[in-house]
Amino acid sequence: MEIAIQLDRVSYTYPGVSSPALKDVSLAVPAGQICAVVGANGAGKSTLAFTIAGFIPHFYHGTLQGEVTVAGKKTQSTPLSELVTQAGLVFQNPFNQISGTKFTVREEIAFGLENLGMGRDEMLARCEAMMALVGIGDLAERSPLGLSGGQIQRMVIASILAMGPQILVLDEPTSQLDPVGRREVLASIRGLAEEHAMTVVIIEHHLEWLAANADRMVVLADGTIIADGSPGEVLTDEAAWQRGLSRTRYTEAARQASARDCWPAGRRLAVTLDEAEEGFRAAWTS
Amino acid sequence: MDLLIDALTFTYPAGVTALRDVSLRIESGESVAIVGQNGAGKTTLVKHLNGLLKPTAGQVRVGGWDTREKSVAQLASRVGYVFQNPDEQLFESTVWAEVIFGPKNLGWETERIDAGARTALEATGLSEAAQRHPYDLSASQRKMVALAGVLAMDTPALILDEPTTGQDQAATGRIAQIVESLKQKGKTVITITHDIDFCAEHFERVVVMAQGHILLDGPARDVLAQAETLAQTYVDPPQVMRLAGRLGLGKMPLNVEEFVELWCEQK
Repeated sequence: MEIAIQLDRVSYTYPGVSSPALKDVSLAVPAGQICAVVGANGAGKSTLAFTIAGFIPHFYHGTLQGEVTVAGKKTQSTPLSELVTQAGLVFQNPFNQISGTKFTVREEIAFGLENLGMGRDEMLARCEAMMALVGIGDLAERSPLGLSGGQIQRMVIASILAMGPQILVLDEPTSQLDPVGRREVLASIRGLAEEHAMTVVIIEHHLEWLAANADRMVVLADGTIIADGSPGEVLTDEAAWQRGLSRTRYTEAARQASARDCWPAGRRLAVTLDEAEEGFRAAWTS
Repeated sequence: MDLLIDALTFTYPAGVTALRDVSLRIESGESVAIVGQNGAGKTTLVKHLNGLLKPTAGQVRVGGWDTREKSVAQLASRVGYVFQNPDEQLFESTVWAEVIFGPKNLGWETERIDAGARTALEATGLSEAAQRHPYDLSASQRKMVALAGVLAMDTPALILDEPTTGQDQAATGRIAQIVESLKQKGKTVITITHDIDFCAEHFERVVVMAQGHILLDGPARDVLAQAETLAQTYVDPPQVMRLAGRLGLGKMPLNVEEFVELWCEQK
């Protein structure tokens, strides 16, 4: 299987800081996978996102050890301008991602494409398509500076998608959205991954959504990977719980029921609503 | 200290009417979650409780004070407000200075200010960060600084606007503990939240808003079980209720413990 992202024994320390933010991290993400990255605040999730997208070491200098290969390119020796066409990064704070130099949402979304030297017609067509995809088609003529947090977040996602990256790195892409917005944005990300075989690395706190939608889950704690597997395996891993990984409410219900013999013996604990329903029904009939 | 909102209508200067004839009475010591879609009028409503906004029509009374006759500074001694975005609230150069700012303005003695600030920093897990600059902290920690600043003022009522947004599970757990301890002390706690599970687990009363109106208002268990009405405003019932519903349990649980209890009994 083609590997889209490969980290080989990667450690990274920010400039002027003594302890590393990532310690000896190795990770291979196959093309087309939706890979979730979870962990407590400060665990190194955003640093991992910057490393995959090449912002480390090209923007944040510090000390990077090990090797990072993204879409076949070694990030350390490839210019950022080339990397951004391969892997798009949606920042955790969308307010930090707008150019501040554009007067309309459409121009803001076209900003990256202009810098790539794309022709006008194709550029406009892409902008329209991406605005429609994230549900901001009606905001095309508005000023980026007058939008709500949720609208800015959608605009930023559209501006990254417009560049047509094969790899999408999303750092808490729904932090500014209400539940409806979150559901829509996450659904469109999943749709993109399926239709265009896009590789997606997503940092999210919403474990229930990840449990039902991610192919894989990686848990970071103190800059190292402490668990890696399917969401079902990882979210029911007692060792990961002990290192601070939270349980979904479905997992917690199954765990407590299991302690009272009300969950089928030997069955893996539930991580999604569907699994919880099936498991509890099976317990009923057994 | 009761909070009374009577036939409140509010129109923003640009002409948008965000609240239409809203009435709500919150008694001393109640814990109330206000839920609903963005733009439903939730923040506009609570901004009337500390005088940041004044009614276009109708009346808002805070423990007998008509908010139109009181300044925001006066009302701040009664109703604390933690903004959704801490960066709209923080301006001092250390966490400590930030947290004592409110109590100092209430004119307290130094000992009382210090004791209140220390307790607030401990509750928010920031004791070690007292001398740091708020902007050297993470966004999640800055949110805790804003919360500490309001806790330190020891007001009878507190408003927490989206307290769990952007917080990891550990921080959400800490915020839940703070809410529980405020309830125990008899404080009135009001939150605006999209986190419906947090709402079910820690707030006794739920008010659902849509398009400037109150759609539902009552005990959390009754309100959150009304899946069809909630769907109109795109609010999903809490996860344990969805599970209980699918399994056809007769009663609706508010948290995992209640669910497991109901399930194991029925089985």
